[in-house]
Amino acid sequence: MGKEIRHPAPALDWESRAFWEGCGRGELLLQRCGACGALQHRPRALCVSCLSPEMGWERASGRGTVHSFTVTHQNQAPRFREALPYVLAWVELAEGPRLLCNVVGCEPDAVRIGLPVVVDFQPAEGQIAVPRFRPA
Amino acid sequence: MSLSGKIAIAGAFEHPTRWAPEKTEWQIMGESARGALADCGLTLRDVDGLFAAGMGMGAMGVVQLAEYLNLKPRHLDGTNIGGSSFVAHVAHAGAAIHAGLCEVALILYGSTAASNALAIGTGLRTGADPYGVTTVGGYALVAQRHMHRHGTTSEQLAEIAVAARRHAGLNPDAKMRRPITVEDVLASRIISHPLHLLDCCIISDGGGALVVTSAARARDLAKPPVLLLGCGEAVWHQELGAPDLLAIAARQSGERAFAMAGVARGDVDLATIYDSFTITVLVTLENLGFCKPGEGGSFVEGGRIGLGGELPVNPDGGGLSSNHPGMRGIFLVIEAVRQLRGECGERQVAGARIAAVHGTGGLLGTLHSGATLVLARD
Repeated sequence: MGKEIRHPAPALDWESRAFWEGCGRGELLLQRCGACGALQHRPRALCVSCLSPEMGWERASGRGTVHSFTVTHQNQAPRFREALPYVLAWVELAEGPRLLCNVVGCEPDAVRIGLPVVVDFQPAEGQIAVPRFRPA
Repeated sequence: MSLSGKIAIAGAFEHPTRWAPEKTEWQIMGESARGALADCGLTLRDVDGLFAAGMGMGAMGVVQLAEYLNLKPRHLDGTNIGGSSFVAHVAHAGAAIHAGLCEVALILYGSTAASNALAIGTGLRTGADPYGVTTVGGYALVAQRHMHRHGTTSEQLAEIAVAARRHAGLNPDAKMRRPITVEDVLASRIISHPLHLLDCCIISDGGGALVVTSAARARDLAKPPVLLLGCGEAVWHQELGAPDLLAIAARQSGERAFAMAGVARGDVDLATIYDSFTITVLVTLENLGFCKPGEGGSFVEGGRIGLGGELPVNPDGGGLSSNHPGMRGIFLVIEAVRQLRGECGERQVAGARIAAVHGTGGLLGTLHSGATLVLARD
């Protein structure tokens, strides 16, 4: 098993708060435009396909595959230096969008492109959580 | 009306320093300005357009720079799109000169990245990143995907580092000049898999300057003009979360630059390409159209990108071996100018007439800019 990453808290603003609070409830949320139907991630105050402000939230399945990854061996920043080597990856969700995030719960060397993964959450201060993925 | 052929780079200067703990970045910019103006026979009083970007300059950096140099230019441009900024500045200066907004543009960069011990490649990008995204990590995501999709190997990436080091051996100013082999690259430690230490650019201090003016005025100055034939810019980002990691900004910026220039890829005598990492060169060659997508690995083999090869890349040794003070774009232009003038001694590309220049800013695998120039001897 790779080492645990103690994720630093994300920067919250009112555009992104609902996403992080969803993670706090164990829900991975994507935005859906109420006007044109476009699916959107990362969260924004408006739809960047049609500029409508009518953005709603949909719960994603939390399932996806590794689109690409790297095993990070050097990072002197606090929290990450204790977690070396850790996996940074683009995970492609079943719904389509890709998330840049960490893959945990297995040896870093076991991660492959195409590996099926499922979301997992690490709680943080203030009823939010940081999403990561582990082998499905 | 296109500015192609009507704008020239008249002066160029690369600061020889690679380690300058006793200098400020402003001083390096000032010394570089002195060098580039002397190169073309102009003085500070001739400058009426000022262009700059920097890692430590802040939001009003170009204004502070005007104060530092006691200049009152009539055109200012502090565009900062990452390490490619200075490549874009040449195009912006050309547009401004073509529109009559200024006549003599000075483009400057200076940095003490090495003596300040900046962790450029392996530090966090922002303080609020929960995932530990490093600069090298962004590029490594592209390398991994390229290997998976096209069967590209670490040995092929290493060829790029080996060629850069061989070139640096012919450049007396280069920081790293001891020859290396493919085996040396593969034996160096992993920084962010699949990229090794020797797949990564070095960190140095340094700076440089360019003087851009009209082709007509440049023909009356001290050095042979280098003409701007084509330019293009582009941005690559997450596209709502589903990006093609391998189709980088260079595809769009290169297409525009070559179309404006009316130059075919086969007419290009040398390329200067931002080599933050070996993978950067490989995917840039593909996206600029020097080879097909997926063929970059075989393209860089067999000495093709070395001096004497079909398309010499970064004859100065690039960021992998010569210098990399944080934002390297200005050196791509400077080396292209020196090559097109035939000033490069042992590392001269014989008979160089046309050069392609491409800068990448930001992180290839997450968010980046691209700026391309096609330059030619008058």
